[in-house]
Amino acid sequence: MSERIWGIVADSFPKMLTYGLTVTLPLAAASFLLALIIAVLVALIQYGNVPVLRRICRFYIWLIRGTPLLVQLYLVYYGLPKAGIYFDKLLAAWLVLGFNEGAYMAETMRGALESVSQGQMEAGYCVGLNFVQIMTHIVLPQAFRTAFPALSNSLISMVKETSLAATIAVEEMFRQAQIINGRVYESLALYTEVALIYLLFCTILTWLQRLCEKHLARRGGAIK
Amino acid sequence: MILSAHNIRKRFADLDVLKGIDLEMQQGDVVAILGPSGSGKTTLLRCLNFLERADEGILTMDGADIDLHRATHREIVRVRRKTAFVFQNYNLFQNKTVLQNVTLGLTVGARMRRDEAEATALEMLRKVGMADRLKHYPSQLSGGQQQRVAIARALATKPEIIYFDEPTSALDPELIGEVLSVMRDLAVEGMTMLVVTHEMDFARNVSSSILFMDGGEVIERAPSRQFFEQPREARSQEFIRSILQR
Ligand SMILES: Nc1ncnc2c1ncn2[C@@H]1O[C@H](COP(=O)(O)OP(=O)(O)OP(=O)(O)O)[C@@H](O)[C@H]1O
Ligand SMILES: [Mg+2]
Repeated sequence: MSERIWGIVADSFPKMLTYGLTVTLPLAAASFLLALIIAVLVALIQYGNVPVLRRICRFYIWLIRGTPLLVQLYLVYYGLPKAGIYFDKLLAAWLVLGFNEGAYMAETMRGALESVSQGQMEAGYCVGLNFVQIMTHIVLPQAFRTAFPALSNSLISMVKETSLAATIAVEEMFRQAQIINGRVYESLALYTEVALIYLLFCTILTWLQRLCEKHLARRGGAIK
Repeated sequence: MILSAHNIRKRFADLDVLKGIDLEMQQGDVVAILGPSGSGKTTLLRCLNFLERADEGILTMDGADIDLHRATHREIVRVRRKTAFVFQNYNLFQNKTVLQNVTLGLTVGARMRRDEAEATALEMLRKVGMADRLKHYPSQLSGGQQQRVAIARALATKPEIIYFDEPTSALDPELIGEVLSVMRDLAVEGMTMLVVTHEMDFARNVSSSILFMDGGEVIERAPSRQFFEQPREARSQEFIRSILQR
């Protein structure tokens, strides 16, 4: 490789990494948090069979899972302004990523909630706990434990999916690669570079995930 | 009288499971409920504790009448505070240790202080011989050990009566004894117990009387010895003959 390319890579690396650390990862974390809150609420509503809300949740899941993330992003950022609803681009990215992943994670959480035996809930009532106490002390902790691998995978997906925000001009890591490439025309080197940074992020997260799993297993496992 | 129930009825769809059950328990009674599979034994216990909502029936505890069909949330809580339930498959909280399984109802449910709750839990776990496994999780225990923890959990809430639904049916034969011996100790101490069981030894030698059910009805209620030696009803006689043949 030529010295020019090495120079470009060396120049762009700190810049991309900075955007990765200050935009990509925080956006992924914030979207994941939003998704988690949505997922838990939606899963609880379905688990508790709350009349009207239950149907709204099914509709939400159907809608999200049946449309591409990219289309959702365009619809919210470019489409909604036509209806007089404007979002800042970062806000749009956060909302779309959160609501999108939330639908998938809701299904994960619902499965995890349902995997906790009904008998434990009855035992909870019999020792004088109420529904909320049973959920917070018994059912939810076990559901989170069951869902942990799937939820961590969602977080890792989220890190990669934030790159789609580049299409609505959010200044994140991939957008930086595009901008720099627009100046120097070294797409192979720059996109390889940015891919390696995503790979680094995801590898570290996978490693953390495994560490947590080991810790959880040591705490009694608790899952049959 | 510690408990009496009158005319408990329950249907599932078009199946009449309980057809008007009457029941009376005195302080210290140990009553074994016997009967063929599907006769409604489990459903009866579940209705008494509101795990199942009866279609009809009056429960009287401590002089207060409670409509089993229309009971309010408050009444249900009051009844459950006086009773405890031991399940066939233990139903221990899988994410809690042995000690936490017993204290949870006290600290969270009854808002007891932690040290007080732990002292109570320890006392109960000692009673069932599980005080040396406080930090274990249910998945690390044998079935018999889990059921003994479940009994300690039931005792910890200081119930006036404990319902047992086939507490030894899920156990390997060699583990049944340890659970039955705990239950025998409780009976000797004067604990009031209503026990659905297939253990004829327990029914004959530990329980004070038998409630024999068939087809959603109480066919016969008699002192244990009398039930086994001189059953009054034809269906009781048939039942006893069938278990002797096994
Ligand atoms: N939730 C339910 N929905 C519909 N039918 C039920 C339900 N629970 C029990 N039944 C039916 O009610 C009848 C009585 O059931 P129950 O479990 O009370 O019997 P049991 O005497 O405890 O039997 P076993 O000795 O097998 O435990 C059975 O025919 C059963 O299929
Ligand atoms: Mg039964």
